[in-house]
Amino acid sequence: MVKTQMLEQTVQIVSNERDTDSYFRLVLRAPQIAPLIQPGQFAHVRVTPLKDALLRRPFSIFQVADGTFSILYKTVGKGTDALSRMRAGEKISVIGPLGRGFTVPKAGGETPLLVAGGYGMAAMYLLAQRSPQKGIVFVGGRKRVDILCEKEFAALGWDVRVTTEDGSHGEKGLVTQPFITELRRKMTRRKVFACGPTPMLKAVGKIAEDFNLPAELSMDEHMCCGVGTCLTCVIPVKAGDGWEYQRACTEGPVFDSRGVIWEVTK
Amino acid sequence: MNLSVQIGKLRMQNPVTVASGTFGYGAEYAPLIDLNQLGAVTVKGIRLEPVRGNPTPRTAEVTSGMLNAIGLQGPGVDGFIEKYWPFLKELRVPTIINIWGTTVEEYAEVARQFDALGGVGALELNVSCPNIKEGGAQFGTDCKLLAQVVAACRQATTLPLITKMSPNVPNIAPLAKAAEDAGSDALAVTNSFPAMAIDIQTRKPKLANITGGLTGPAIKPIAIKLVWEAAKAVKIPIIGMGGIQNADDAIEFLMAGATAVAVGTANFYEPQTPLQVIAGIREFMERKKISDVREITGSIRVEK
Repeated sequence: MVKTQMLEQTVQIVSNERDTDSYFRLVLRAPQIAPLIQPGQFAHVRVTPLKDALLRRPFSIFQVADGTFSILYKTVGKGTDALSRMRAGEKISVIGPLGRGFTVPKAGGETPLLVAGGYGMAAMYLLAQRSPQKGIVFVGGRKRVDILCEKEFAALGWDVRVTTEDGSHGEKGLVTQPFITELRRKMTRRKVFACGPTPMLKAVGKIAEDFNLPAELSMDEHMCCGVGTCLTCVIPVKAGDGWEYQRACTEGPVFDSRGVIWEVTK
Repeated sequence: MNLSVQIGKLRMQNPVTVASGTFGYGAEYAPLIDLNQLGAVTVKGIRLEPVRGNPTPRTAEVTSGMLNAIGLQGPGVDGFIEKYWPFLKELRVPTIINIWGTTVEEYAEVARQFDALGGVGALELNVSCPNIKEGGAQFGTDCKLLAQVVAACRQATTLPLITKMSPNVPNIAPLAKAAEDAGSDALAVTNSFPAMAIDIQTRKPKLANITGGLTGPAIKPIAIKLVWEAAKAVKIPIIGMGGIQNADDAIEFLMAGATAVAVGTANFYEPQTPLQVIAGIREFMERKKISDVREITGSIRVEK
């Protein structure tokens, strides 16, 4: 898990187009930030048109290309609604890249198995792109429109296994089902990476443990400063004989699943 | 042009620091801003032992501000000295360490240990955190308890003491006076305001702690009034804080009676704010032909 340098910059929007349904792709020209980005890191964005909602919004980084990076986001509230109305040429303040991302597999190392819930898939694109070992990506969503970057992963030569809860695309059911089926094939040298909603991460962490496989999980926790000062985005993590709160923005967002504590008793 | 100010024995090269709890332990913001440009760095609250803090969610955005109930998570005195002091002591600007305890004795012991450390700029006594059950605000809302804490710390250290006042009192003047009389060198006015918010979809409070402290631009006019009232009650300097986003806000605090100011919540969304405030104060002084920033302090004009 790598930590690098961060920059605060005002950058220009190259494009901000609707993907499917309530999902958008935002491309930002950021020639200084883009080369620093590691898989699994995020950018902290100030949506300037928001007048009385002051805080920045964190977004996982999707793709990096030619001095730009992109974000795949869903409109879920006033921040993302305002962002979705911004146009090419407008400027936006970004701090990034932030956080510790995924450990990129080494050539000849374990086969990466990626498990994604909805747009969590976007946060793992760079990992797949930069991994010398091709692997399998399991992606699940409620319905067809929640499956977002299937083509991009297929273009990298990865095996993409889709599940939807309503069966409108791929296998009907939860993403963990084909994942478990694959794990039962008793291959050796595999490593799990996951990004998605917390219940999915918890299930994936548990399954990886059952199969005695290492797993890196990109944890989702409400965030404020993004750089480690406010202590908002803390995750309970094993430490010594007990546990401590660690920051998703700084020690994470990617954590070793064996360290994460899912139920905190007071 | 003079921008420097004195807070007791503490000299600040300019009147701008950061509010405790909004700036970590300094090093976190070093990649984004030059800390040596600040008047002082103020770090998050430290008690004797490490503190785990409150469950999540710990913060919530509200109109023109935010709520927090972090619960003073921190490394304890020893952890702070080991992990964060090596960086801070190398800065050219002083460090103000915010300290707290659950008893008068603990406040004094923390003060003694930081006195013994050497090189600390000042201690800020946190007697006003609304988010912990013991300690904190109980000491900041009772004149007698406040005087005991300040006096005990006064005995324990010769470092400048800044008492961080609670806003949650009917009248700040007697408490300000109690802190001054007990030996405080300065006051920090003010801390966050007790507040809460509810998610109407789930009917759950937006904070795991249910209530929290409101900060950000939403509280600025209330903080200005508290600074004005405290300044009339005491002779010691005041560090004004509460929703400062730009130099105009900071100058307002100075005019109300503050000698210095602290940028708080704005650090979270715009880390350049403290430096922008310093530059803006300088520009204001040039424009108004003010040669010494201390001339602005208390310069509010009230018609009788």
